Amino acid sequence: MAKLETANALMELREALKEKGAALSQANSPLSTIQVKVTMATCGIASGSKPVFEFMKDELSKRNIPAKVTQVGCMGFCYAEPTIEITIPGKSPVIFGYVNLKKADEIIEHFIRKGEEIEGSIQINYETA
Amino acid sequence: MAKQIRIALRNCGVIDPERIEDYIARDGYMALASVLTDLSPEAVIEILKKSGLRGRGGGGFPAGIKWEITRNVVADQKYVVCNADEGDPGAFMDRSILEGDPHVVLEAMTINGYCTGASRGLIYIRAEYPLAVERLKTAMGQSRSMGLLGENILGTGFNFDIDIRYGAGAFVCGEETALIHSMEGLRGEPTVKPPFPSVEGYLKKPTNVNNVETFANIPIIINKGWKWFSSIGTEKSKGTKVFALAGKINNVGLIEVPMGTTLREVIYEIGGGIQYGKAFKAAQTGGPSGGCLTVKHLDTPIDYDNLIAAGSMMGSGGLIVMDEDDCMVAIAKFYLEFTVEESCGKCSPCRIGNKRLFELLEKITQGNGTMDDIDKLRNLGTVIKETSLCGLGQSSPNPVLSTIDNFPEEYHEHVTGKKCRSKVCKSLMQYLVVADKCIGCTLCARNCPVDAISGERKQVHFIDQSKCIKCGACMDKCKFNAIIIN
Repeated sequence: MAKLETANALMELREALKEKGAALSQANSPLSTIQVKVTMATCGIASGSKPVFEFMKDELSKRNIPAKVTQVGCMGFCYAEPTIEITIPGKSPVIFGYVNLKKADEIIEHFIRKGEEIEGSIQINYETA
Repeated sequence: MAKQIRIALRNCGVIDPERIEDYIARDGYMALASVLTDLSPEAVIEILKKSGLRGRGGGGFPAGIKWEITRNVVADQKYVVCNADEGDPGAFMDRSILEGDPHVVLEAMTINGYCTGASRGLIYIRAEYPLAVERLKTAMGQSRSMGLLGENILGTGFNFDIDIRYGAGAFVCGEETALIHSMEGLRGEPTVKPPFPSVEGYLKKPTNVNNVETFANIPIIINKGWKWFSSIGTEKSKGTKVFALAGKINNVGLIEVPMGTTLREVIYEIGGGIQYGKAFKAAQTGGPSGGCLTVKHLDTPIDYDNLIAAGSMMGSGGLIVMDEDDCMVAIAKFYLEFTVEESCGKCSPCRIGNKRLFELLEKITQGNGTMDDIDKLRNLGTVIKETSLCGLGQSSPNPVLSTIDNFPEEYHEHVTGKKCRSKVCKSLMQYLVVADKCIGCTLCARNCPVDAISGERKQVHFIDQSKCIKCGACMDKCKFNAIIIN
């Protein structure tokens, strides 16, 4: 990324990035897409989140489901690692715990593709400032 | 209303820690920009003082006052240090912040540099945190190339850069003077305060040391204002605290709750209760420096002052939950063993005193203790607290003293009854064969690693207590529940 010469340049960049980020989650934006966040802190990786991350990236693209798969830090649900968060445009994010490759496959086929409710979601029990 | 509010953890699990764009989209570096362009160092310090933010490493010293002290010392060079030497058993708050949101620490350290007049920052981090180190390095590279770290930050003429220093894993190096000596290439041993690091620290220059979580609170306080921050928490403890919730609890996790939340809310609402429906016995806060909270503290609002009043301390945020199966004497011994291992040995109260405390606890758990020993524990513990050089020794007897205060009956049972009700202290246990259940299958005898079990086929077997090492193999193997612990 280019060097920011002034505070204003930072603010402009922030606005652009914010707009782009918001468009991803909107139901009817040309940019909207499914977002998948995989917990990849030490704890998540130790519980097996790396193969899940690779699986989600590879399989979503193989199965022609456009999605943005990213790694994130700790979501706080240590007892249920690996955890992943799915945001379908226009809907609230849903977090799944104990995700292995089999569960990841179920999430892609049933939750993402068919829009069905599946077991294994975790109640988000915090507000974020 | 949600019981948890994520302030220090607001970006963890939300952004990709290796992409500065994600951080900027979440208002990252906006606090730095507004500080550098609109606010004087004094104004920023005033905001912090009014916010009521206290040090999250455990001591709870007001952050704004620390910054002010460092600022007011005249020197040609000053330093900002981030203490990421997280060493309490079972604590991982700082690691999670560094791995999930490394930029927040860089931004806050830079703001600190602007306020105190420092141009260099150092992050002292455990070498055992390789992923956190890698993500910090990535973040530093990104912010340098974008002009957010290094020379002439955002074109304002302000220069500040950060280096990483590795700790070798000594617990005492979380103490700020020991940490500084370790960075100087000296032995990681504490020195007497004063002089405080804010006045004379790294290379004898004024050095502002704050913990990772303290730094993680800074940018948002500047963005959202001190009024917002001070509206959360209790009268004297503002904001939130991150806890690593561990032990015999259903939902082990990293939580962030407003100061003043009760232990009951943490354990039963956020933590999902005690595992296997067992009864809650105690919660250890503050790791080896803290004490235990019991059933009578379940409804006490958790903040710095209430924890001290309860004989514990906030510490850095480890919260270990114990149930009816935990022996409090053994717990105290566990923490003392850790302290004895980690004492740097510089001052005698800590070096010798803790060793003696440990030996007394060992004597009691082996069934050789006397009532006199409990008094000795109490007296010696008090002396160690009062006479040790640094925070390690000044707090290390806490687990012993608080378990004696809260669970005197367990100590008495070990001493007078030679009994451990939780069946943890092996020396006080006996494995016995129940005569009318034993069918003489010989399975236990064949699996005993020390040949302590004898008996003819189809005859009741017998365990020789003088040979038994209490491994429990016989009990695991027996198909008829014929072996019990007495």
